[in-house]
Amino acid sequence: MSVWIAFRTIVRKEFYRFIRIWPQTLLPPAITTALYFLIFGKLIGDRIGTIQGMSYMDYIVPGIILMSVITHSYANVVSSFYSTKFQRNIEELLVAPVPNWIILAGYISGGILRGVLVGGVVAVISLFFAPLTIQNPLMAITVMLLTATLFALAGFINAILAESFDDISIIPNFVLTPLSYLGGVFYSVDMLPPIWQHISLGNPILYMVNAFRYGVIGISDVDVSLAFLMTGGFIFLLTLFALWMLHRGTGIKT
Amino acid sequence: MNALSIQNLRKTYQNGFEALKGIDLEVKQGDFFALLGANGAGKSTAIGIISSLVNASSGSVKIFGYDVKLQRNLAKSCLGLVPQEINFNQFDTAKSIVLNQAGYYGIPRHIALQRMETCLKQVDLWDKRDTISRRLSGGMKRRVMIARAMVHAPKLLILDEPTAGVDIEIRRAMWQMMQEVNAQGTTIILTTHYLEEAESLCRNIAIIDSGKIIEHSDMASLLSRLHVDYFILDLAQPLMTMPTLTGFSLKSLGEKVLEVGVPKERSLNDLFKQLSAANIQVISMKNKSNRLEQLFIDLIDSKNTRGNT
Repeated sequence: MSVWIAFRTIVRKEFYRFIRIWPQTLLPPAITTALYFLIFGKLIGDRIGTIQGMSYMDYIVPGIILMSVITHSYANVVSSFYSTKFQRNIEELLVAPVPNWIILAGYISGGILRGVLVGGVVAVISLFFAPLTIQNPLMAITVMLLTATLFALAGFINAILAESFDDISIIPNFVLTPLSYLGGVFYSVDMLPPIWQHISLGNPILYMVNAFRYGVIGISDVDVSLAFLMTGGFIFLLTLFALWMLHRGTGIKT
Repeated sequence: MNALSIQNLRKTYQNGFEALKGIDLEVKQGDFFALLGANGAGKSTAIGIISSLVNASSGSVKIFGYDVKLQRNLAKSCLGLVPQEINFNQFDTAKSIVLNQAGYYGIPRHIALQRMETCLKQVDLWDKRDTISRRLSGGMKRRVMIARAMVHAPKLLILDEPTAGVDIEIRRAMWQMMQEVNAQGTTIILTTHYLEEAESLCRNIAIIDSGKIIEHSDMASLLSRLHVDYFILDLAQPLMTMPTLTGFSLKSLGEKVLEVGVPKERSLNDLFKQLSAANIQVISMKNKSNRLEQLFIDLIDSKNTRGNT
């Protein structure tokens, strides 16, 4: 099956790309999250006490892991695909008999791989600060994979629409980071005033973080099935949108 | 069978610029074909549409009978492209660039490794296979693109100015390689600004100007239309006065350098006879420009003149 060879080629290329530059892709999240665990978990967390019966450190570990997955699956695809477009090596793919869905699947898989690998690195770092016992491994892995897929897709769309390197940092800085921090990574929405609880429920990342937290430590602020429904729905819509843009040649053909 | 058939191909960009105004073109299987035109004439747009990098506004393109729009993947399988500008990841090695391209064409890894070796040896880059490509010279980068385009053994190879910026020694080697590839049955379409390259390599030719094909014929009959050949003569003695040679046009390019226009119906023997009679000794003689270049300029000029009147 020749399209699978093309798919494997894209994934292999993407994997070696971020492995080759590991000081930029794998090391920074390890250092950043170690600081999160140290400052928020240890130094401040000890004064906070427990949340829903869990120590503050145990409570924030799943959120920090998923936040890293979100950031890095997005960053991998947006930077890689935009660079490919910018340097015009996208033409290597466009002249070859590679269907658009294989191009999309290849880049998304690269983003998922990096997101999951970074999530793994952060999980290992967390072991230095808190014991990590996963309550529902299947759910945790599923949520992690779905979340990585969704944000890799979002990164792909951002890369297609971007016209300069500035455009690929706008969404991560002004949308993704605020939504992640306000998505219940460091707190339970129950701790917020009622008005902010309602506003928070409009943040899709809140559902993903809580579903992952449910998979890892067994507690959640939201209905987990709603999280799956929402993530699946977004994945479906963004996939259609990305394929439509590839079909039109938006941003990659004249 | 035609390797390439283009019918009424038009392209208007979003800014309203009409790059192609309904071109028709046929390239026979096995041909070595020159597509010439000045900068901005529409060559790159045409090549972009043939290779699926540019969306056509209307018209049809078929590669070995496969419609580029309707049978896109089959058409693409037959095509190899060497673009004008370097477009590979400059942080990859030559080896991985060629291997990845083989992968995109669905070639299994073990076969891709063999083909990669063959192609890199063919372009004399096997020793540089593990070098990061941005460290390669300009000529080497062009050859990486040629190896990349050939790795899936395309039936039609489009070379968009493949020898631009390449030194003469490597250019000659590349000519030989292109001729070998063509001799093995690959149809080649070549665009170049070195018209002596097109003249010595190609059998058929099309000239595109302002989005229209203004000439489409075989090289021999095109060149036969050239009425005057221009030669530069180096003289033994400086000329005191400009001689008058019947039937030849003369122009002084320096004290001891003379440009002579030789009409087709006149012979060089006649020229030298008259030069000897005028007591002018010639040390050496060379063509002013290559014949195709002269014809190309004439065609473009006559079209522009017609356009202005």
